[in-house]
Amino acid sequence: MIWEVFRQERKGQPFQHAGSVEAPDFRFAEIYGREQYGRRGESEALWLVPREHLSVVEGWADEFDLKYRRVDGYSIKARLKEARERAESR
Amino acid sequence: MDDQEFLEYVQAGGQVETGDWMPDDYRAKLVKFIEMHGNSELMGVLPEREWILRAPTLQRKLALTAKVQDEVGHSQLIYRVVEDLGKPREHCLADLVSGKSKFHNVFHYPTKTWGDVGVIAWLVDAAAIISQKALLKCSYAPYARIMKKICWEESFHILHGRDVILAMVTGTPEQFELVQEALNRWWPPLMQFHGNPIPADDDPMYQWRIKSQGNEEARQQFLDGYVPQMLELGLTIPDPALRKRDDGVWEYTEPDWDELRHVVTGHGPKTQERLGFRRLNHDETAWVRSVVLAEAA
Repeated sequence: MIWEVFRQERKGQPFQHAGSVEAPDFRFAEIYGREQYGRRGESEALWLVPREHLSVVEGWADEFDLKYRRVDGYSIKARLKEARERAESR
Repeated sequence: MDDQEFLEYVQAGGQVETGDWMPDDYRAKLVKFIEMHGNSELMGVLPEREWILRAPTLQRKLALTAKVQDEVGHSQLIYRVVEDLGKPREHCLADLVSGKSKFHNVFHYPTKTWGDVGVIAWLVDAAAIISQKALLKCSYAPYARIMKKICWEESFHILHGRDVILAMVTGTPEQFELVQEALNRWWPPLMQFHGNPIPADDDPMYQWRIKSQGNEEARQQFLDGYVPQMLELGLTIPDPALRKRDDGVWEYTEPDWDELRHVVTGHGPKTQERLGFRRLNHDETAWVRSVVLAEAA
């Protein structure tokens, strides 16, 4: 059984994927996790998650070109330039 | 994506995850490379293990034991990456003890004195960390992530090695001599360590961006970083041809590439003895694995 290991380096920081351990049950996963990912005080806490319990979501469709939701959907440079020129000529 | 597009993707700095599609040749090269790395971590503890009971102080004994534990831990992390690529750890270990797969040249040699332990911990680890840092950008992302942790631990090992060496070169003339003799023994394998100087572009491991630098580049980096450190301690480097050219490139006596090939194909002075020990150990601990797995089932 494969357990994915997520490691939090300091309190308040996100848990980041660090690797995995193979263990028949949680008791052994905990022992291996502590040994391999926390022996030198490099982790505040670990999340150990059986791999089969992880559901991966990927691939993002954007059929309707929803650019107005993102900063790259707004190109203001040319308009700003024009606005400044108009302001000067007023 | 076809093989050619994949090659262009990784050459442009693209990274791959476990579940992603990859060419068969890429997967095979990854398994071979990473498995050899795992083997080397596991076999690399044996030369040092021989000195745990003979370490000169309790402090050194504890530090050496911790280092051995780290290296075994590295092999566990690395074999886990190989398993996800499709080769189970049991198969890796079987191929290792039967002599089918390889491990690094430096772990086929004896450790004659405590001076060898210092030179291994300082210079062999230094050479290894140069190779390992070139894996932080590996196109196979799970391996690159594991290398981050391994490099971090290796930096302790180099310090430990330097400390051992410094204690000896500031000790009695006999202690200094032990370091010099160990350096004389280890210099040829150290110069062979990064492999023959094939151009990076002809190296399949570089083409697939499994590693990010060529063999000669790594060796030059080692010489650049560590020759000055050896000289400042008053050590003599056993190669009269060694010199740094005005353009910054190191010249040296051509390492014995036949010896390298001979040693890594199972003919080193300690190869069979250490594989025998690994085999014995594997057999003697079989009951532990069966108990652990049976209990959980």
